[in-house]
Amino acid sequence: MILKFIYTIFLLSFSISYVLATPYTPKSPLQVLETIPTNASIASKEFKNLRVLLNADPNNTVVATQLAKRFIERSRIEGDPRYLGYAQAVLAPWWKMSNAPIEIMVLRATLLQSTHHFDQSILELDKVLKLDPNNGQAWVTRATILQVQGKYEEAYASCEHLYKLTSSLITITCATNIRNLNGQAASSYQKLKNVYAESKETNATIQVWVLTLLAEMAVRQGDNVAADQYFNQAMKVEDPDSYLLGAYSDFLLDQNRPQEVINLLKTKTKIDALLLRYAEALSISKSAEAALQIEALKQRFAAALLRNDTVHQREYSRFELRLMNSPIKALQIAKQNWEVQKEPADARVYLESAIAAKDRASIQTMVQWLTTKKLEDVTLNKIVTHYKSTSTL
Amino acid sequence: MNIKYFYFLTVLFCFWNNTAQAHKPSDSYLVITVKNSMIEGQWDIALRDIEYAIGLDENADNKITWQEVINKEKEIDAYAFARLVVKNSQNTCPIKPLKTLIDDHTDGAYAVIKFVADCNGIINELNLHYSLFSDIDPSHRGLLRLDYKGNTKTSVFGPDNAQQSFILRTPDRLIEFKNYVLEGVWHIWKGYDHILFLISLLLPAVLIHKNKHWEPSTSFKLSSVEVLKIVTAFTLAHSITLTLATLHIISLPSRWVEAAIAASVVIAAMNNFNPNILKKRWMAAFAFGLIHGFGFAAVLSDLGLKDATLVLALVGFNVGVEIGQMVIVIIYLPVSFALRRTWFYKTVLFYTGSFFIIGVATTWFIERVFNIKIF
Repeated sequence: MILKFIYTIFLLSFSISYVLATPYTPKSPLQVLETIPTNASIASKEFKNLRVLLNADPNNTVVATQLAKRFIERSRIEGDPRYLGYAQAVLAPWWKMSNAPIEIMVLRATLLQSTHHFDQSILELDKVLKLDPNNGQAWVTRATILQVQGKYEEAYASCEHLYKLTSSLITITCATNIRNLNGQAASSYQKLKNVYAESKETNATIQVWVLTLLAEMAVRQGDNVAADQYFNQAMKVEDPDSYLLGAYSDFLLDQNRPQEVINLLKTKTKIDALLLRYAEALSISKSAEAALQIEALKQRFAAALLRNDTVHQREYSRFELRLMNSPIKALQIAKQNWEVQKEPADARVYLESAIAAKDRASIQTMVQWLTTKKLEDVTLNKIVTHYKSTSTL
Repeated sequence: MNIKYFYFLTVLFCFWNNTAQAHKPSDSYLVITVKNSMIEGQWDIALRDIEYAIGLDENADNKITWQEVINKEKEIDAYAFARLVVKNSQNTCPIKPLKTLIDDHTDGAYAVIKFVADCNGIINELNLHYSLFSDIDPSHRGLLRLDYKGNTKTSVFGPDNAQQSFILRTPDRLIEFKNYVLEGVWHIWKGYDHILFLISLLLPAVLIHKNKHWEPSTSFKLSSVEVLKIVTAFTLAHSITLTLATLHIISLPSRWVEAAIAASVVIAAMNNFNPNILKKRWMAAFAFGLIHGFGFAAVLSDLGLKDATLVLALVGFNVGVEIGQMVIVIIYLPVSFALRRTWFYKTVLFYTGSFFIIGVATTWFIERVFNIKIF
């Protein structure tokens, strides 16, 4: 505990002195210092109008929920957690109210989920669903969280509630996404493929959601050609969000196509998770820039640690494993991360660091989990097979 | 049911666990240095955050230029300092912004606001209330670094801990003094040039030069007096220049000082072959000691001196240097006196040793003069 404290203080002093390089006076008044994200940015008329309306009447539930939703959406697209803070501020009048309007409670649950307060979020959603069993958003969010926590049966049960509430595409996407991780990889993939092809869905957000999941399913199946197609299709629907960019970059890195990752992420390095992939790609292609970006990442993780942010742990562990070459530390972080989330990416960084750290007990835990849950993922399976073939001697 | 269904379709907007993809969240960096009753500060705030709070992008082209920042400088100061309250145990310390600069952090450009605050009284306790952006972004954090007489404290401000107090304690003088003494001792032991210089002068202390030959000294007392003279002269000399240089009364370029130190070692060792070079060794110790003092001063200033502890550091470091020297002498003198009649002493230690010292010190000299690395 004390050690951790000292370490934190060290990191804080380090990161503060590091980031405070040398302030300067820009040479020209016309020099552009910062660019604000453009597309439908919060500088847009719609946002401004909503903010004006809310300023005039901060307790207006309708305006507040609308604005909060817009912010949450921006956060997804830009990958900037500031917007989650903005959304929370908009919901301030209700934030600590136990009997807030249902819509507000759903948003509160969404924000809790976004900051990885999964259990609290589930509690909130259960409260909502008791009051309003037909709240589709609450069921979807609940399914998502339970899936992330590896509670597949409960997650699947949540998806089933959607049948009578929404389109079959949404329901089936929700359900197949769970089953795909849980012993029915091939059939669920096939099913979603067919349903999507027949659906003629026009909502961009839903299209991106389904296509991204299809791409990820294809990756786990080892169907690389299809995966590439789905990823590219998803990226054409609208400006790709940071989740999609991250997933596609991971695929490219595994395919040993670092140059494409570099091109894809060059302008996206403000997002920690994408900076990580960018740095990995640079490091693989032996670029001189790699060291610089690794240093930047070091700072980002130090800053996150200070804030007690835990949302970065998956990436933090991967950073220690792949870029810092310290598997023991990576494993330690991967284990903490595993307490919170159990998606295939979490399993992978756990397993890879356990193997690199030669920690038999941890390897065993993970192999056991993969077997019990019947997770089918060609990359994970390859790692396990390779480990077994080399270690039993 | 129909209404519900419609409501649902418009509401459903969030599908996945997305924020593991996070950007760096909003942080500001606040550095505060306390000097007597004054506070000097630097506050780095992201332009993105300022833009959201008060709007910088006047022409709405989604680009923030330096001109746009200058135009809003007063508003930025007013906004920021309405959200930072600095107090000592009694007074609020009014903050005066000095100037705004820019710094590029890894996650974008920051406005750097330099400021001072006058507490109008001694600051034993510093109370800070930080509420920047807490109304518009509760996830924002302020990362503080507080410097006081060489001590650094760090802390994180957020909506749940907006108010924090810091007791400023003067660092323990005794411990600090001890640390400087240790630095002095280590410097003598690790800085081979000083040791070799001393040894070159001490090697002949147990011998007497007669008829162009070195002969064993007959009296331990005579040898001890000789050693004492050399060491005292060296100490006196380097203390003078160490003090003058540390107080910035004289300063010499360090490369030439280092080269001159190397030269002094060469000359001192050559003197053992031809004692006519330096007639009186204690005088040589004094003259060259002056140069070595500048070398010590460079080390001391590398330790990062603050005005408040300058004298403490100077005395402590010097005491350390003397202790380090005395230890060497106390071990050297009896051993060399006992060995002085042996072939080993005269041939191996005295001549070969001096020869070796000349070689090493000449190499240093060349390295330092030409700023190159030979070994």
